[in-house]
Amino acid sequence: MKPEARLHLKTSILIFFVIMFGSLGNISLSKGMKHVGTFSSWRPGDVMPFLARALESGMVWLGILLLILFFVAYTLVLSWADYSFVQPASSIGYGVVAVLGYFLLGEAVTSTRWIGVAVICLGVFLVSQTPPRTTEQA
Amino acid sequence: MRDAILLFVIVCGGTGGEIAVARAMKQIGEVHDFSPRNIFRVAMRAVQRPWMWCGIVLMALAFFALLAILSWENVSFVVPVTALSYAAGALGGKVLLGERVSAVRWLGVGLVCVGVMLVCLG
Repeated sequence: MKPEARLHLKTSILIFFVIMFGSLGNISLSKGMKHVGTFSSWRPGDVMPFLARALESGMVWLGILLLILFFVAYTLVLSWADYSFVQPASSIGYGVVAVLGYFLLGEAVTSTRWIGVAVICLGVFLVSQTPPRTTEQA
Repeated sequence: MRDAILLFVIVCGGTGGEIAVARAMKQIGEVHDFSPRNIFRVAMRAVQRPWMWCGIVLMALAFFALLAILSWENVSFVVPVTALSYAAGALGGKVLLGERVSAVRWLGVGLVCVGVMLVCLG
């Protein structure tokens, strides 16, 4: 495999992990936080108990674990690929989150919102057509 | 209003944090070896970079804001709206990291912003 093709394959695999860990992490957080009660006050005396309640939720911890895995994959891919390539390419996750929110959490997603997600993915596709690295290696 | 403030913290903290992390990782160089031992070694080198800590603090702020807003908003609304960080990200990548953002990339980023607007209206 040519080095350039190898770089693209390696980047694609890591970005797949970034998308799946990120989306499932956010879904878990959302499911967990819906049982914690609404965040309603900015006073430090209220913020800390709110965070403490959040950290008692198993779903929130599962979300945190998944987002740590997301962060590891994201950080690794950023060691060679441009940030302005990786960030848009991983945004397919926005579509994945909407689909998972609809099916797993029963959220109502309007048609305008689906179109919005599709337009986001189209933007992502355009960005992913550009080369992953434009700067010289340090 | 409460939504707007929290979304602002999520977008700016998240983007600023990622740019700081990207800067730290570029100082370390491309990762070729994905064995757990080497990944651990890379992580140890990463946490010695001040930019990495700057990024971690900003991302932690963004994370707590995300937890707060998810306590009442749909995840299928919140997560797509955080795509607003694309404009900030391409701009930051260009200005702070010296990445060359082509016209096609800008067009893609513009479409992402239009998509976010539709999600907000929906």
